[in-house]
Amino acid sequence: MSWMRNVICFSIMILMIVGVGYFQSWNVAWGIINLCLISAIMALGVNIQWGYAGLLNVGIMGFAALGGVAALLISVEPVPEAWAAGGWGTVLSLLIGAVTVVAAIFIYKGLPKGFLRTLIMLVVCIGGFLLMRSIFDPATEAIEKVNPASTGYLGGLGLPIILAWPVGGLLAAGAAWIVGKITLGLRSDYLAIATLGISEIIVALIKHEDWLTRGVKNVSGLPRPVPYEIDLQQASWFIEMTAKYGLDTTSFSSIFVKICYAALFAVVLLILIWFSEKALKSPWGRMMRAIRDNEVSANAMGKDVKARHLQVFILGSAIVGIAGAMLTTLDGQMTPVAYNPLRFTFVIWVMVIVGGSGNNWGAVLGGFLVWFCWVEAEPLGQWLMTALTSGMADDSGIKIHLLESAAHMRLMTMGIILLLVMRFSPRGILPEK
Amino acid sequence: MSFLTAENMTGGYGAADILHDCTITAEEGEIAVIVGPNGAGKSTAMKAVFGMLDIHTGSVKLDGEDITKLSPQARVAKGMAFVPQTNNVFPTISVEENLEMGAFLREDDISKTMEQVYELFPILKDKRRQNAGELSGGQRQQVAVGRALMTQPKLLMLDEPTAGVSPIVMDELFDRIIEVARSGISILMVEQNARQALNIADKGYVLVQGRNKFTDTGEALLANPEVRKSFLGG
Amino acid sequence: MEGMEILNALAVFSNYVLVPALTYGSQLALGALGVTLIYGVLRFSNFAHGDTMAFGTMVVILFTWLFQSWGISFGPLPTALLALPFGILVCIALVLLSDKFVYRFYRRKKAAPVIFMIASMGVMFVMNGLVRFIISPKDIQFRDGERFIIKAREFKQMFGLDEGVAIKVTQGITVVIAIVVVIALFWFLNRTRTGKSMRAFSDNEDLALLSGINPDKVVMITWMIAAALATIAGTLYGLDKSFKAFTYFMLLLPIFASAIVGGLGSPLGAIAGGYLIAFTEIMLTYAYKKVAEYMVPGDEWEADSLMQLLSTDYKFAVSFMILLLVLLFRPTGIFKGKSV
Repeated sequence: MSWMRNVICFSIMILMIVGVGYFQSWNVAWGIINLCLISAIMALGVNIQWGYAGLLNVGIMGFAALGGVAALLISVEPVPEAWAAGGWGTVLSLLIGAVTVVAAIFIYKGLPKGFLRTLIMLVVCIGGFLLMRSIFDPATEAIEKVNPASTGYLGGLGLPIILAWPVGGLLAAGAAWIVGKITLGLRSDYLAIATLGISEIIVALIKHEDWLTRGVKNVSGLPRPVPYEIDLQQASWFIEMTAKYGLDTTSFSSIFVKICYAALFAVVLLILIWFSEKALKSPWGRMMRAIRDNEVSANAMGKDVKARHLQVFILGSAIVGIAGAMLTTLDGQMTPVAYNPLRFTFVIWVMVIVGGSGNNWGAVLGGFLVWFCWVEAEPLGQWLMTALTSGMADDSGIKIHLLESAAHMRLMTMGIILLLVMRFSPRGILPEK
Repeated sequence: MSFLTAENMTGGYGAADILHDCTITAEEGEIAVIVGPNGAGKSTAMKAVFGMLDIHTGSVKLDGEDITKLSPQARVAKGMAFVPQTNNVFPTISVEENLEMGAFLREDDISKTMEQVYELFPILKDKRRQNAGELSGGQRQQVAVGRALMTQPKLLMLDEPTAGVSPIVMDELFDRIIEVARSGISILMVEQNARQALNIADKGYVLVQGRNKFTDTGEALLANPEVRKSFLGG
Repeated sequence: MEGMEILNALAVFSNYVLVPALTYGSQLALGALGVTLIYGVLRFSNFAHGDTMAFGTMVVILFTWLFQSWGISFGPLPTALLALPFGILVCIALVLLSDKFVYRFYRRKKAAPVIFMIASMGVMFVMNGLVRFIISPKDIQFRDGERFIIKAREFKQMFGLDEGVAIKVTQGITVVIAIVVVIALFWFLNRTRTGKSMRAFSDNEDLALLSGINPDKVVMITWMIAAALATIAGTLYGLDKSFKAFTYFMLLLPIFASAIVGGLGSPLGAIAGGYLIAFTEIMLTYAYKKVAEYMVPGDEWEADSLMQLLSTDYKFAVSFMILLLVLLFRPTGIFKGKSV
């Protein structure tokens, strides 16, 4: 009766969101739904890695951030002045960098081991690096000088932002390929630590490479795939519709935009779930789980465990990348400082574990439930703290401290939920069949 | 009453039993050897004696005391010592520290026992500062036996001590084991090299599919035409 | 005058690279020692280690404030050193609680290392939340006492150089405490029965059990040492720079990198790894302009760039790069730690 369980759990989830709509506001409820959908997709990606194959990815943030970069690079208009100032120099220097890496690999593979090889490698690497820097530095400096208050970066391609979703997936897949190639096949901790590292580096690049992303100056006003509130409020069909149902045009316009986003996200989620379910039930999925449950015997049976793991790791990361691009699309801006590992990596983990690792629907439910708790924990925490401290004098230091710190209860709650679920219900709310 | 009496043991890992009504005994100062084909449950029988797997019938008595319910650690305290077949030394600590760890439970002065071990295996004295993982296979086995002897056991159990060592080293090791037995310690040993092992055995057990097939003195088993034919290659 | 130029270059180099790297390396080494000990005995990479450092340091800060409010000070040395033992004790208590309520269960079940790792993330969340809740996520300075052992100006006068080497009290304390702690730790591991039993347990758990080594005791002592090391490392880092919950979480990466580069499970490796990471990080992100100007003969020459290999923004990318290189070419680390 596992489908009954699914239906009941999802019904309760929907009721909870409806409750927010009813008691708090429908605008908030739809906002929660949008982020729940994106979280569910991220959780789905992580579930493919962890639930199908037992791979521990602690760099979800980085892959999501790559999706964000894709959203930026695809959607914003190019800045011709910046391209003229240093665009081609930058491209050239990056090419030199790539050639250096390739040359180093060829030297490593082609020459016999020894002092000479090390020496040549060092010369090539250092020489290539210095050459690259000598072109890269002035070029990017020139780019960043072009109207720094509004641009100061190369801009993007000016294409529809929806295109960024698959591109984000591709970028994330590329990063996953590099990390996976190096760390898969080694001990499981190495993948975890390497992914933690790559995600920090990706975010650092986004924060500091101003010529590419404007860094901490942010890029706001990314084009939307859905209508703008202001246009809706002036569109006659919209005014008529709201009038017909007796809704307030202004407030409903913002709800309407959120519904549009939700529809888009839901389509992506459903497509991905469909593929994930297909894959899980296919011979490929059975093999993945066989490998996860007994790597040694799968290896002995001639399965190429490392190649399978690489495959699944890339797939999962690509899904996270897609979700990352969707998130930036929803935000309408690229804010590098918003990428925080606790929020982007570890909360997603809680979603997967709580929902039920190995079960796609479980991951989706986890995404919904945990995001819901994450959002609602703050008002609840505030309310709880206010209630707890109501007996204290208003100028009491403890009261002020407790009220100020209520927000941090979130992290602790997440940790406690994770630990409790792992201990008492390790297969999650919707267990793997 | 023998010094070690493990009677009518039935049990295994999980659902399927590997041992069926298996009985193993060892006398004080004597060498008992368990031989048999691959998968006969030789190592399992030894592990059952040491309490590393559950047996649901039968009992294990050491020196008249029933120890069936005790954990392996508690059996060590009762005077049993076990040398596993593989991973039987601490590789990144020195030989001397390996021996010290063998005597971890002892509160008294261990230097005398250590001297005895060094007398038995002189090479270990030379290499006592070296890490056990850096020694040759035969030397590592000596460390393993030495570590087990440090508890001053009354019963020493060896799981295929000669696995993977050269014939010369094997003979040498068997000589040492005889020496240990002479000092009054009972030995229970599982061996793949059945002929050589039965040569030094006071008592031999031939196990087949977890059951006692033949039980006799080593000499008698070596002389038994059926045993020779089936298990000793003619 | 040639000689002076080189000495000046050396002074600049010491001031901006050698002394800071020694300090930072000591802090990393102490952190990595904790990670590597836990790995050796409990066999998992503890993601909560950064936050254990943060928690211990927070307690030290709270006691420091308490002592300061009582008017107790440590003369020229930071009051935090007086508070350190208390921080260590409270941190040990918390870590032992986390073992009792979280890890022990999985140990009994003989769970896979990856489960321990995820559990450690849960613990990390709770500790992180605790720290933010109690002391806030803000940047906190808790250093007091003298600031310098030797000021740059004094150094210049002393040696008659144009360039000075300043050594901060916190830098001196870090190196001295690190040396003392490392000696004490190695004495414990190599000379005491309990320490040897820890190494034996880390080497071969089954055989340790056969030898009558009590696993619960070994695990408990490992946690206690790791908590103490984490508190010391965290306090030294906080004194030298500042305390911020998030920064401590981020220290996980260089600390893991140090432990892996040295070989997980190898204490000596953790120390070597800590210094290696610190030195490469600082040397790759240091601008060599001034050093080069002194080194190149002739007075006229001036470097036209900062001569910096990597922007300081990418400091921790260095530890990641070294980590990847080690994983590519020598996955067990320099000192042959445990593999697979």
